Amino acid sequence: MLDIAIQKTLRTGKRSFQLNVQLQSASQHTVLFGQSGAGKSLTLKAIAGLMTPDSGHIRLGGRLLFSQPGGVNLAPQARQLGYLFQDYALFPHLTVRQNVAFGLVRGWLNPRTSAQHDEVEHWLRSFGLAAMAQQRPGELSGGQRQRVALARALVAKPRALLLDEPFAALDPALRHDMRQTLLALLAQVQIPLLLITHDEQDVALFGQQVFELRDGQAHAANLATFTEATPRHD
Amino acid sequence: MDTVWVALALSLKVAGLATLLAALLGVATGFVLARGRFPGRDVLDTLLTLPMVLPPTVLGYYLLVLLGRQGALGGWLQAQWGINLIFSWQGAVIAAAVVAFPLVFKPARAAFEAVDGQLEQAAQVLGISRLAVFFRITLPLAWRGILAGILLAFARALGEFGATLMVAGSIPGKTQTLSIAVYEAVQAGQDDVANLLVAVISAVCITVLLAAGYLAPGRVAQR
Repeated sequence: MLDIAIQKTLRTGKRSFQLNVQLQSASQHTVLFGQSGAGKSLTLKAIAGLMTPDSGHIRLGGRLLFSQPGGVNLAPQARQLGYLFQDYALFPHLTVRQNVAFGLVRGWLNPRTSAQHDEVEHWLRSFGLAAMAQQRPGELSGGQRQRVALARALVAKPRALLLDEPFAALDPALRHDMRQTLLALLAQVQIPLLLITHDEQDVALFGQQVFELRDGQAHAANLATFTEATPRHD
Repeated sequence: MDTVWVALALSLKVAGLATLLAALLGVATGFVLARGRFPGRDVLDTLLTLPMVLPPTVLGYYLLVLLGRQGALGGWLQAQWGINLIFSWQGAVIAAAVVAFPLVFKPARAAFEAVDGQLEQAAQVLGISRLAVFFRITLPLAWRGILAGILLAFARALGEFGATLMVAGSIPGKTQTLSIAVYEAVQAGQDDVANLLVAVISAVCITVLLAAGYLAPGRVAQR
């Protein structure tokens, strides 16, 4: 399902960071666990094509996305992945409906505010966003924003879903709700998932296979150790 | 009195075309310098800002050297196409465009730098080409700051005097713009003409400034 071996050296001033991630996962849902600064987001960006590794390869769902020896480097546009950014990256100048329809309309113009696509309306309804379809992201709550971002990613029928700390920005009550929403969604649509988090509860809930990232290196981790940590309430 | 309206029409034509030229080049270079990472970026920024601080006569002299019959560009244009820009209204457009350019370029660069790069990345992941992302995300989010710069550039082009006079001269009906006509009217002792000219140009500039102030970033919240 997922086969990554990438190296990247980043330099800022005198400091440098070595990313050297090697992992293989056969599961539908893979979780990358690690503290901030371990290289989680960087790995996700490499998979999405937003960061080009110095060497290695990335294979996802049988497709070769990147191979430095093979000279393969698909553009982000060609990878057909759904990416949920940590702070959602909603387009502030577009309405909720335009945001969700964004990937369906190619060309130089944004979708019209009045345009209705069946696919867009379906996700607006199923995420309870229909009532605020004409509002801008700035007027929404954190949970609503996340649902817009999810709908926007799903409308384009991605081959896999990449989630960057999806619940970190939410308060505890909302976090619980959004986890349930996402779990229900995953039961409904069969889509490979790669989730990165520093929260052990996310690992227990979403992980079928877990890797821990430390100082730019991935280590296979035992899911059972995370499941035991679950009863901690927040 | 006809000279006033002829000069106004010429001024609007010259300033309008100069602003268009400065806007296209200023937005393009502003974007390249905001997003590009290349050696010599700061030097290039300084050179491109120079027309804002150099005396217009110095700019006019540079343009004469460049565009004159003996000039590198002027000589080529003359030999190749038979075009002579000196003492023509087209020359006045180029002079005004050079002077107005930094007023678009500077705010355009700042406006592009203020656009969150993650939004552009999100759009790319959704399958939208880089060029389309520029027109659908980057430009709309930076537009307010750019437009304020364009209006200031228009006001500056309208008031251009020194560089225009050196490159295009002061030929009534051909290259004599409003601001040059004011100078000529005062020199000739035609106070009534000068009064009218001054009133017209002041009214136009106040209108432009009001519009620019209304559009300046920060006045209306972005979201």
